Order: sequence, then C-alpha cells, then structure tokens
Amino acid sequence: MNSKTILDTADIEAAIQKIALQIAQIHPQGENVYLVGIQRGGVLLANRIETLLKSIWGKPVPVGQLDISMHRDDLDARSAPPVYPTNIPGDITGKNVVLVDDVIFRGRTSRAALDALNDFGRPKRIQIAVLIDRGHLELPILANFVGKTIDTQINDLVEVRWKEEGAEEEVVLKTA
Amino acid sequence: MSWTRKHLLDIESLSPEEIITVLDTASGFKDVGKRDIKKVPALRGKTVINLFVEPSTRTRISFELAAQRLSADVINFSAEASSLRKGETLKDTTRNLQALKADMFIIRHSAAGAPHFLTRFLDAHVINAGDGAHEHPTQALLDTFTIREKKGRLKGLNVTILGDVLFSRVARSNIWALTKMGAKVTLCGPVTLVPKIFEKLGCRVTHRIEEAIEDADVINLLRIQHERQRKTFFPSLNEYTALFGLSKERLARCKSDVLIMHPGPINRGVEIDSEVADCDHSVILEQVTNGLAIRMAVLFLVNGTRVPIEASA
Repeated sequence: MNSKTILDTADIEAAIQKIALQIAQIHPQGENVYLVGIQRGGVLLANRIETLLKSIWGKPVPVGQLDISMHRDDLDARSAPPVYPTNIPGDITGKNVVLVDDVIFRGRTSRAALDALNDFGRPKRIQIAVLIDRGHLELPILANFVGKTIDTQINDLVEVRWKEEGAEEEVVLKTA
Repeated sequence: MSWTRKHLLDIESLSPEEIITVLDTASGFKDVGKRDIKKVPALRGKTVINLFVEPSTRTRISFELAAQRLSADVINFSAEASSLRKGETLKDTTRNLQALKADMFIIRHSAAGAPHFLTRFLDAHVINAGDGAHEHPTQALLDTFTIREKKGRLKGLNVTILGDVLFSRVARSNIWALTKMGAKVTLCGPVTLVPKIFEKLGCRVTHRIEEAIEDADVINLLRIQHERQRKTFFPSLNEYTALFGLSKERLARCKSDVLIMHPGPINRGVEIDSEVADCDHSVILEQVTNGLAIRMAVLFLVNGTRVPIEASA
C-alpha cells in the first residue's frame, strides 16, 4: 500500500477550527448544544472542538462519549468489535446534539450512532460533524460540519493519527 | 485482540489475552445495565437455548437476561419437564432444537464434558454454564472481572479459595483463570475436600485457615454441598464451621482491604457468618451484577465468529 500524508498537524488544527466556526454559525449562542463523540477517534475530536467552542461562547459545552459497536449492522459479518465506554452525562432530550466522528465514509457508523443515541433520549435536533468526509455514502445521511472533504477510492484507507494517542498528528491516505 | 472461538467450553484452553478480551468487553456491557433502556440490538433475530439439564436459578436467570438484553429470543429448557425424561438422548434433543434454527446453546449438565460433546455434531455456538465438577467458565470470568474492578489488577494478588474444592467446578475454573492472570492462589479446607494434588495446578494448599487468610487480598468462599457430603467428608457442619467458617473474628485478622466473594447460594452460619456476608468487604451481590455483563460479553463475542475471521476486515 502507498501511504501519503494528506493533512499535517497544522491542517488538522485548521480543519477543527473550521468545524467549530461552522457550528458556532448555526448555533450563535451555543444554546442547548451537546457534543457526542463516537468512540474512539470522535471522542478526541469532540474534546478539541469543545475547547474552541468554549472560548467562542464563553461557557463549557457538555460532551458525551458514545460506543456504537452493539448497534452495528454488520455484526454477523465480522468478528466482534471491541467495546469502549459510553458516557452520556445529563439528559440529551431537547438538546441540539452534534455527533462527532473523525471520518465519515459509508455512513453506517452514523446510522448506528443515531440508533444508539435513541436509547438515551430524544434530542431536538441531531447534526453530524466530521474531520474528514471521504465520500462513498451508502445511506441517506450526510455530515453537516466538515473539516476537509477528500476524494478517495472505495478500497483506500483513511487513517487519523492523534497526538493524544502518542502519534505525530496527521491524516494518512493509504491506496492499494 | 479479536476473539476467534466459536464456543466457550472452559477456561483451561484460554490464553490470558482472551480472558482480558472478555473482561474488557464486559466493561462496556456493564454500562448498558446502568441505563434506563437496558437493551441493545446486538443479537437481534438470534435464538438462544438455555439448556439446563441440572438445576440452577442464578446462572440460568443471568444467561436468560443476558440474551434478552442483547435482543435475542430465549427458550428455557429444563430437564424435568422435557423429552429427556422420556428417554431421548441429549444428542437427539439438541439436534431437534437446532432443527428449529437455534443459534446458541447454553448448557448446564452434571456430566463433565457434556458441552464439548455437543460441539461434535452441532453447528450452533455452545457455552458451558457448568459441567459436572469440571468447569464453570463464566463464573471464573465474573470473579476475575470483579477482582480486577475492585483491586485494579490481578497480577501478584493473593487469592484464597476456601471450602469444597474437590467437587467444585467454580474452584477449577477460578484456579485456571487466576493463575493465567498472574494471581497467587491458595486453596484451603478439610483434607478430604482439598487434596494436596491440587498443587499440581500451581496452587498453594493448606488446611489451616489462619495461614490461608492472613495475607489474602481476596477470599473466595465455596458453598459446602452438605446434602452430598455431610456424612462422608467431615464429621459435622458445626465442626466445619468451627474450623473453616469465615467468622467476624477471623475477618478481623485479615487484611484491612480484603474482598469477600462467594458464587452463591450462601449458607449463612455455615461457611460464612451472616454479618460477614453483609459487611463492607463483601462483593457477593456485585458478583451477580457483573455476571450479567460477563455473559452478555461472551454471547456477543462468540456471535462474532459466524464468519471466517479473514472475511471481516
């Protein structure tokens, strides 16, 4: 596989900034906004977005973590995925939930996340924020806030490496 | 790491990594039990047969609830009111159930190896819920989970198993699990119920309770199955309680942070003082809660092996 860096540390920082500004534009006062990071990359991204939104709105934004492994639609077609913690503090009913993931691809994870979230309450609105939109959606789902859109082939791999996980921060595209 | 076993038959054949996979997966499922909506769709459309040829309340209900919380359909099959009473063999009974497209069999049987036997001719997943005096793998996993959760580790801990070790599948599975995870296991009880030969499994064997409990981080008590053993293995229950019962006085000589565990059902006043069973050191009810999470994790993991692992990128 060929692998090349498509976003470096500074690009990622800029992309996160862009997402935060998009969210702040739609929700000028940050009224009832609740961020939910999808395990695992989405959790790190949600925390980074929260830091920026906090300085824009001048108040902390609630952040939850959601594991979607038990709601996947391919559990009969793969080995059991690892299960990470889900933690949704407080109540999401009536909130403007922003689901956060690192990459949107087929849309299957987002679907599972919508399902999983359903067990925790009935938000007023759910929107999706992603660092990378790489195309190839298979479901009627789209990302509302996008850091960077890239062209990929369906067999390519997009890997986001986070500094929080001890890596040099970058987004890598691996092509066959 | 990913789980590749189609069945859960014993602890003996598991690697430490596989045990850790189950424990980590169970943590996620324990969260599910704390929610208002305690059900997830992971096993939607699957049929689970709870095949309890030997009586059980706790384990059967725990597996039943685990399957239900994963959205599976559950059939409870007890031997008393079944075709097994009419002379049908276990093989024929289970093949008939498989003809109804059952996906998983959870079996409790008085014969050691009964679950292994089923895997020879069934396509379905088989989970051992206790086979004779051989193994009770989910009990050992939930005990290990509880210890890890409370103590933060397993390696280097002193764990004492106290009571009827000879006839106990719980003891055997726990010995395998704990020694694989690096804990130091001590077995204690009457000479007749705790023979020296268990040292071959890597345990310390002692028949003096003081020695067994003084440096224990965990004491796992086993029920004396007095219906079976009263007359042959020790003179009287009173004597057993005097020599090996966990009393308040004995607890006072244990480490200040000792954990008291028991797989249940407990016999108050026999192997454990009533006050000890209810004291702050006791995690007996948390074991029950954790058992549900472990069983959900096991059903979830074995279900993930329905396709060849290579096919799941």
